[in-house]
Amino acid sequence: MSKTTTKHKKVSYAKWGYIFLIPFFLVYAVFSFIPMITTFYYSFFERYLDGLEEIGPTFVGFDNYITLFQNPDLLKYAANTVIMWVLGFLPQIIISLLFAAWFTNNRLKLKSGFFKIVIYMPNLIMASAFSMLFFALFANAGPINNILLKLGIIKESYHFLNTTAGTRGIVALMNFLMWFGNTTILLMSGMMGIDPALFEAAEVDGATPFQVFSRITMPLLKPIFVYVLVTSLIGGLQMFDVPQILTNGKGTPNRTSMTLIMYLNNHLFSENYGMAGAISVLLFIVTSLLSLFVFKSLMAQRK
Amino acid sequence: MNENVKQSSGHLYIRRILCYAVLVIFTVLCLFPFYILFVNASRSHVEIQLGFSMIPGTSFIRNWSNVVQSQTIHIFRGLLNSVIIAGLSALLSVYFSALTAYAIHAYDFRFKNAIFNFILIIMTIPTQISALGFVDLMTSMGLKETFIPLIVPSIAAPVVFFFMKQYMESSLPLEIVEAARIDGSSEFHTFNMVVMPIMKPALAVQAIFSFVTSWNNYFTPALILTKAENKTLPLWIAYLRSADFTKFDLGQLYMMIFIAIFPVLIVYILLSKFIVQGVAMGSVKG
Repeated sequence: MSKTTTKHKKVSYAKWGYIFLIPFFLVYAVFSFIPMITTFYYSFFERYLDGLEEIGPTFVGFDNYITLFQNPDLLKYAANTVIMWVLGFLPQIIISLLFAAWFTNNRLKLKSGFFKIVIYMPNLIMASAFSMLFFALFANAGPINNILLKLGIIKESYHFLNTTAGTRGIVALMNFLMWFGNTTILLMSGMMGIDPALFEAAEVDGATPFQVFSRITMPLLKPIFVYVLVTSLIGGLQMFDVPQILTNGKGTPNRTSMTLIMYLNNHLFSENYGMAGAISVLLFIVTSLLSLFVFKSLMAQRK
Repeated sequence: MNENVKQSSGHLYIRRILCYAVLVIFTVLCLFPFYILFVNASRSHVEIQLGFSMIPGTSFIRNWSNVVQSQTIHIFRGLLNSVIIAGLSALLSVYFSALTAYAIHAYDFRFKNAIFNFILIIMTIPTQISALGFVDLMTSMGLKETFIPLIVPSIAAPVVFFFMKQYMESSLPLEIVEAARIDGSSEFHTFNMVVMPIMKPALAVQAIFSFVTSWNNYFTPALILTKAENKTLPLWIAYLRSADFTKFDLGQLYMMIFIAIFPVLIVYILLSKFIVQGVAMGSVKG
């Protein structure tokens, strides 16, 4: 097909391109865009329920934002969210890099099919049910305490969910289990894109596996690594289901496992429109900035 | 030289065993919670309280029928609601995402690149940030307590769109579309009868992902559905958690979690190879 003929033909069909885009943009406008704009709009108004009485809406400018930033809760919940994300992400990226390197290693020739299937599985499990399961497993008289007592590792049952470390640890463990398989597969497809000749050359030169990994694999894997990091961070900022169910929405103990979206959710349920709006705008700004990184890396790989 | 090869193959053998040992540990870590779930769903409340066991009990059927007969928790109604919402979401999502991707892939028009970039940018913006306006709008449209706000939005699914677009670039030559045009097929007919069959593998993979995403969704349904007869599975799980744990029949509790988790687990076991390939297929290439 020569360029001129296709161009000529495509021009006459251009209207179909627009027609086929209508459902997407109509639905996006009604269910996402308009709600987003009204959310931003409400962030400049005072409107909440006082008992059964509705206060407002009154235009208050940036007052909601000032209240939000003056309240130490915001910083605390942001810190909780980031801490729990880091605790889950660090082991996840280390294990995933290791597994991806093993699975793609031409000399090791591991039979990886079964393992890939098993480690990806937790990703598809309903997070809320998985969280309820862990709540039951780590209960004071639950199976985990039972096992630890039987093995003589602890003398009396450990109250995981009454301690900050225990609760955050369980959230991180669940996030790790749910995402390390996915990350392994993403990193693998990145590693398989690397020219095998580079590995062969390194081997001939007598490079150790660690040298191969740090000098060849990692530098060439950087784009996909950045992609995994940023998408995981965006996902981490949305952390909700796991801590919400695990702590029954309370972020116990002492709100040390309360995340930003749980904070937003509380304002949504108490119908405090102004505060919910302000938190939403803040999250929008942060995730948009992060999204630009993702967009850039997608663009870079499409070229 | 020969010595060297022997030495390195012995070395390789040890490395391989080490790798497998680590992999087995993580396999156990991944499967263990689900195994206990299965075991405890088959044991009675008293047995579970007595302590941990690796051997399944004999109360599976009894726990099941207790859950069926439960007056407070309508888990099977929840299951049905979840199937309806997730099933319709998956269908709409794959069909319209393919249509949107086709619009960008097969036609040349002004703003085409701008529109494509726009969809990529909104891809990573979380839905939670517009939840306030969403609930507000759904309330004023009288759509609260209906499934529409949970099904229709899946028509605009940027992630599914992106996957379809990637797939079309690798597997949908435009010559086929040209040939259909010469045969006098209308544009819409071509999409349905020529393009969709070629997209089958991508449609299947994305249908599974869309189904699972909707099936697992907890945040949005919690804001829209509050009546018992409308609740989906994740909402019943949240209800379970808010109930007094100490008064609960643990056999029933595990059985309910089992019912929420195992349908997806079975689908996954049947289609796992397909799904894992799909994850790799849709990913960013380094």
